[in-house]
Amino acid sequence: MRISVTVDGVRYDDEVEPRLLLVHYLREQAGRTGTPIGCDTSNCGACTVLMNGRSVKSCSVLAVQADGADVTTIQGLANGPGELHPLQQAFHEEHALQCGYCTPGMIMAAADLLSENPHPTEAEVRDGLEGNLCRCTGYQNIVRAVLRAANGTAATEVTA
Amino acid sequence: MTATDLPAAEVGKARTRKEDARLITGQTNWTDNITLPGMVHVSFLRSPHAHARITSVDVSAARGAPGVFAAYSGADFAAEQGSLPCAWPVTPDIVIPDHPSMAVDTVRYGGEIVACVVARDRYAAADALELVDVDYEPLEPVLDMEAALADGAVPLHAAGNKSFTWPFGNGDIDAAFRDAPVVIERTYRQQRLIPSAMEPRAVVCAPVADEYTMWTSTQIPHVLRVMLALVTGIPEHKLRVIAPDVGGGFGSKLQVTAEEVLALLLARKLGRPVKWTETRSEGNVAVHHGRDQIQRVRIAADADGRIRGLDVDLLADMGAYLMLVTPGVPLLGAFMFNAIYKMDAYRFSCTGVFTSKTPTDAYRGAGRPEATYAIEHLMDDLAAELGMDPLELRERNWIKHEEFPYTTIAGLTYDSGNYEAATAEAKELFHYDALRSEQAERNAAGSSVRLGIGISTFTEMCGLAPSRVLGSLAYAAGGWEHASIRMLPTGKVEVVTGSSAHGQGHETAWSQIVADQLGVPFEDVRVLHGDTAISHKGMDTYGSRSLVVGGTAIVNACDKVRQKARVIAAAMLEVSPDDLEWSEGRWAVRGDPDQGKSIGEIAFAAFAAHALPDGVEPSLDSDATYDPDNFSFPHGTHLCAAEVDTETGQVRIRSYVAVDDVGVVVNPLIVEGQVHGGIAQGVAQALYEEAAYDSSGNLVTASLADYLIPSAADLPSFTTARTTTPSTLNPLGVKGVGEAGTIASTPAVVNAIVDALRPFGVSDVPMPCTPERVWRAINDAQAEGAGR
Repeated sequence: MRISVTVDGVRYDDEVEPRLLLVHYLREQAGRTGTPIGCDTSNCGACTVLMNGRSVKSCSVLAVQADGADVTTIQGLANGPGELHPLQQAFHEEHALQCGYCTPGMIMAAADLLSENPHPTEAEVRDGLEGNLCRCTGYQNIVRAVLRAANGTAATEVTA
Repeated sequence: MTATDLPAAEVGKARTRKEDARLITGQTNWTDNITLPGMVHVSFLRSPHAHARITSVDVSAARGAPGVFAAYSGADFAAEQGSLPCAWPVTPDIVIPDHPSMAVDTVRYGGEIVACVVARDRYAAADALELVDVDYEPLEPVLDMEAALADGAVPLHAAGNKSFTWPFGNGDIDAAFRDAPVVIERTYRQQRLIPSAMEPRAVVCAPVADEYTMWTSTQIPHVLRVMLALVTGIPEHKLRVIAPDVGGGFGSKLQVTAEEVLALLLARKLGRPVKWTETRSEGNVAVHHGRDQIQRVRIAADADGRIRGLDVDLLADMGAYLMLVTPGVPLLGAFMFNAIYKMDAYRFSCTGVFTSKTPTDAYRGAGRPEATYAIEHLMDDLAAELGMDPLELRERNWIKHEEFPYTTIAGLTYDSGNYEAATAEAKELFHYDALRSEQAERNAAGSSVRLGIGISTFTEMCGLAPSRVLGSLAYAAGGWEHASIRMLPTGKVEVVTGSSAHGQGHETAWSQIVADQLGVPFEDVRVLHGDTAISHKGMDTYGSRSLVVGGTAIVNACDKVRQKARVIAAAMLEVSPDDLEWSEGRWAVRGDPDQGKSIGEIAFAAFAAHALPDGVEPSLDSDATYDPDNFSFPHGTHLCAAEVDTETGQVRIRSYVAVDDVGVVVNPLIVEGQVHGGIAQGVAQALYEEAAYDSSGNLVTASLADYLIPSAADLPSFTTARTTTPSTLNPLGVKGVGEAGTIASTPAVVNAIVDALRPFGVSDVPMPCTPERVWRAINDAQAEGAGR
């Protein structure tokens, strides 16, 4: 099937198998390997991207379902090369990552969370990130980072 | 000159990490990101049976499927695959069964590889895998350790189900128990866990003529290279192993795996780059598991609580085969059951048992969490028996700070520690006395939600390890670490380390150490690791060893650079080397500090080599290999307050305080992160995780939908603090930290739950302490109480 999808600001017109997962399309056809795969049951959230501004687990979306969509991955979140999104900056400052494998998905899920709720409480952050697993950090610094990004961007709403 | 004489500008600073730049922007190089020209994909067919004879494997239909390059059964590899290695034959009579990478005639756990398909992409390989036809003759699975050792048990291997029995001890244990006023006997169960690093494994192996480069998601590129050579016969110098960005390990990637061996053999057979990427559900059955012990423990004490003796008898589930360090894992615990306590006698015995389950091996803490859980649980039980405060009981028995160095009943010499200081700090942060009052009030009121306080005054042995000690324990390799310093002409520094980070932040912490040692800016240091062609020597990363052993190697290598630089600087300044002193990155004339040369200037002079003294080589580079004299002994006091709803069995961690003493801290940000993550994994064992099998031997927690890794919503924030008792064993004064939180936290949580429920007659809740198990423990104890 033929799809037309915009990934990180670039439009791709591609022929894909109907069963191709969006995450495999992103990684193997669009070359956006910044989005990793952590499981096969849509539990871990490592592959989270934004599709038309809302977070999706790209392992549970077919590439054909992204036809016509605007997809933002961790590689397209910042304004440009050498720049960081406030969430990326906050994850760095708060040491919210160790191995970094969950980080792209965690940041994308947090971006969606903050677009919905720009000033969450700690409990709201913890509940909001329930679909994203991290094995290294115990989540404490991830929660801190999201709260820091929220506070640091109080004037302008955090969007992707 | 030693490190401690230098101004410690960088060590101790909460530097944000260098490695983050690529990790937060998606510029990572995970193995699964690698694509090479002509690369083909392999998928493995795995046994659905726990124990079965393979009667036939037909791959012909798969071979004819579209996009398929090849399909093989175990018989196709029988002549070349050898046996996966076990490097730790713990006793002379240990049974180490043959362990083919691809099963040939028998499968012994669900998930064992029986066939493979190589195709142009992963989808074609998965499609063709469905065309492979395997006939099995199912055999009875071996699922229970005690039943496995009984007469008439189905033998998993020709030699039976027992691998080894390893006895150990010191002092007269019979005398310690004879006429002891108090003896407590318990059986604790360490459930089986799945390490679950977030990055599933992946391997890419590329052949060029008769040489091979393997990228793999491993903690141990150096050990793997040696082992691949030994297993396959491919000469070591024709193998290069690269660990690119690796997404966590926790011991699960401290392994030589069937998939790595088969990727190498397939690359050789096909003459093409071969790639394999694991799915999570595949990984849950195929990556080694952790823990899984039955712990029978007895403690004898005087009426005042002084410990007389400790007797430990373990059954340790090896799973179906012995992997790289499988039999050694429970034995690391042998030295830790006695923990921080003094006693007259100690006896330990461990029997390794084969079952038809995924093999076990190292998982964060490896033997030490199991031991710490048992002794800390037992100390709480003993305190309850004696009617003492559990902290008071511990204090009565622990090694006093003025008694260090102290040689324990298990024969280890703890270099340093201050259990009093860590405990005092923890009690204050925790508001221990106030919580005890609240607990008493709730108990008196008969509240349905009870409060429990759990204590874990842990220590651990890490920084693996003195090579001589490893040799005496029959481990096949040493425990040293290597470092090289490369001084570049412009004064920048490359540090080559044999440690192989996969989340630990070595690129940052090692830069801090080198910045201090050579007086160069933090930003001017680059750390290289994880590629056997670049880092030619190493023992890799596990056992909280990288800073203690590898960091010391870096300090020693820096010292060699400084000494070489001194000779060249003397020539540049036309003075004697003896007239120079080192300060803040310069060799300067003593008494005339303006007369000096910076390490950068000296590096350029060495590069130009125009005016070097006779006999001085034009290089400042250095190598150092450091073998520690002893282990490292971090310790701490963790306190957990848990609220237990006695009507629903629900447990809520109300507060958790961790005071850790890991010696001198290089980077507090990284240390705190390690403690957080470690505690989270230990809490997960206490409350959430268990690899469960059904009565046919199927793993029923084979995906992340069934195996409950806690999310942010399932965990509280932890209060962390530190005391600092420098190690006397290394120039940095550092101790390991990677495993401490995991070792400490499991007993703290379970002790809190049991403490809440002691008024109901509960003395244990089996892990994981799910609401159902907590509820049953209460009801069973009450039924038993009513029946008395």
